[in-house]
Amino acid sequence: MSEATATAGSVSIGRRIRRFMSDRPLVPLIVLLVMLVVILEILRPGIVNERWVANTIKFAIPLAILAGCQTLTMLTGGIDLSVGTVATMSAFIMATQVVDHDPGIAFAVSLLPAVLIGLANGIGIGIFRVHPLIMTLGTGLIGTGFLQVYQRTVIATGSAIPAGLSWLGTGLTYGIPNALILFVPLAALIIFMLRSTGFGRLLYAVGDNEKAARLSGVVYWQVILALYVLSGLLAGIAGLLYVGLIKSPSLSLAEPLLLPSVAAAVIGGTSIFGGRGGYTGTIVGALILGVLTTLLSLLQMPEGSRRILFGLIILAVTAAYIRITEES
Amino acid sequence: MNPAAIFSAVRREGWVVSLFLLLCALLVLTGVIQPDYGAAGVGSLAGAALPFAFAVAAQTVIVIAGGIDLSIAAMMALASVTAATMMDGTSSEYALFVVGFVLVLGLVLGFVNGALIILTRIPDIVVTLAMSFVWQGAALLVRGSPGGSAAEWLKELIVGPVGVPGVPAAITDWIPKALVLVVVILGLVWIPLGRSHLGLSLYAVGSSSLAAFRSGVAVARTRIVAYAFGGLFSAMGGLVLTMSTGIGAPIPGPYLLASVAAVVLGGVTLGGGRGGIVGPIVAVFILRLVRSDLTLLAVDPNVTTIIEGTIMVVVVMAGAFIARRSRPA
Repeated sequence: MSEATATAGSVSIGRRIRRFMSDRPLVPLIVLLVMLVVILEILRPGIVNERWVANTIKFAIPLAILAGCQTLTMLTGGIDLSVGTVATMSAFIMATQVVDHDPGIAFAVSLLPAVLIGLANGIGIGIFRVHPLIMTLGTGLIGTGFLQVYQRTVIATGSAIPAGLSWLGTGLTYGIPNALILFVPLAALIIFMLRSTGFGRLLYAVGDNEKAARLSGVVYWQVILALYVLSGLLAGIAGLLYVGLIKSPSLSLAEPLLLPSVAAAVIGGTSIFGGRGGYTGTIVGALILGVLTTLLSLLQMPEGSRRILFGLIILAVTAAYIRITEES
Repeated sequence: MNPAAIFSAVRREGWVVSLFLLLCALLVLTGVIQPDYGAAGVGSLAGAALPFAFAVAAQTVIVIAGGIDLSIAAMMALASVTAATMMDGTSSEYALFVVGFVLVLGLVLGFVNGALIILTRIPDIVVTLAMSFVWQGAALLVRGSPGGSAAEWLKELIVGPVGVPGVPAAITDWIPKALVLVVVILGLVWIPLGRSHLGLSLYAVGSSSLAAFRSGVAVARTRIVAYAFGGLFSAMGGLVLTMSTGIGAPIPGPYLLASVAAVVLGGVTLGGGRGGIVGPIVAVFILRLVRSDLTLLAVDPNVTTIIEGTIMVVVVMAGAFIARRSRPA
């Protein structure tokens, strides 16, 4: 009798933990992040200091913004694979235009292709109903081509990074990265938009059940068009920030961030099928990937093994996360 | 065959037929641009299209079964370095064993992809994305930099035209070995597959996995088999890469993007259940031919990238638009 009560009690505790985790999907993620930091500190005592934290955050921010593009588009069941190209374009165009023009003009000019590619994506996906994967791969390819042609015309100009941008990208104030000045309001805006505005709710609605959303009067193409333009714009901003951090514009600047941006959103608990997820998880996901990169580079393994581990860890984390948060 | 049957076949395969016509038109156009574009040109076109054709075949099987594989280019790189490293400094008889080994390796890689998708219940895009890192890393471990070698008879296999005794060279010159290789190998795999119970299951699962399940199809097993076939074709793609370059390179080539593009151009719907292998293969040749035409026209190679991307996007948009018009939702 008492045994039976005990088992019943333990089961309900297990269930309670499960319920707690699925209600607050952020908790296991933060636990994982802390665990990774602890492992790092055990492997190399003293590495986790103020400078390391600031550095990790600095590199995680551009990734987190790009992962924001993935989060927003994934909420509607889409994906944006053109963000790497868009970020690179904005960074490269800004760096070359700023040589001859006022920084304000250079910024505006550099964000123009970002908006245009976003618009093209939105038209293709929203109006012509092309699969988002194909559409954004295609526009990314076109963007790369344009960038290479553009590069020919500015070969003599050289490039420069405005002081303000490198201050924002790399600078610290009282040990806190300046990039947070841009990122905190941006992230707050995205989270507020998803949680409390009509547009945010439309994204969830479209991703959850497109037909139901349509029947309730949602104009699908308008939502998708606005979404992909926003995604392009965010990618452009991420590119500008990233070039301020890296300080050398190249034609493949942000391409290596593309796959990690998808990974960060997925680890952060956003469903690739749409309707479920949020931006806070994505931010933690980007931080996890940042810590993981330091961890793997510390292990002094060959590049090949590092990539293998990176892939396997993404897979393991995602699998565990799905198991924990999904109601059985 | 009576005219009605031909007409209905043409209507059913309308997309593939129009792709064929487009390819012929492009070949004629190429002849107009470059009057001395002849047998040699066709030969180099087939050679350039070879690895793409296998990459597309891999993606096609998987997409028909309702999945997608983002690790194809990485699997090709792994197969290519494995082959080039094993063949380095060994006899030409041993090369035959290497070919067999690499093909089995491909099957295993694909099987792992499929099994992970089924076991972890993570979406296929995410699993294959993560596995592309793993295969890429494995390729780097096999060989850190391009190198190795390929057996001579393997290299000979795809260079030059076929020689058939009794047929004048003027005709056989127009049939490159590379083209024959693609047609024979894909035919050997695809025709039995298409006629088997398994082939039907692939389409059924891609079309509606719930309906397939309720009709008694082993959905999980079928999906894993689709990925295994994808791995096999990727390994073939890696092998022909090594055969045509004579070395293995651990960095994945541009085959992933091209495979998805050609699959969609070839009339296979993303989401599964529709299309065949012929359309995507013809689409590969069209894309390659457009590229060489633009080169012949002395167009800046970077502009070529723009044009290629635009063609892909416009064709896909038009296809989606037509599909929506003909089937009002």
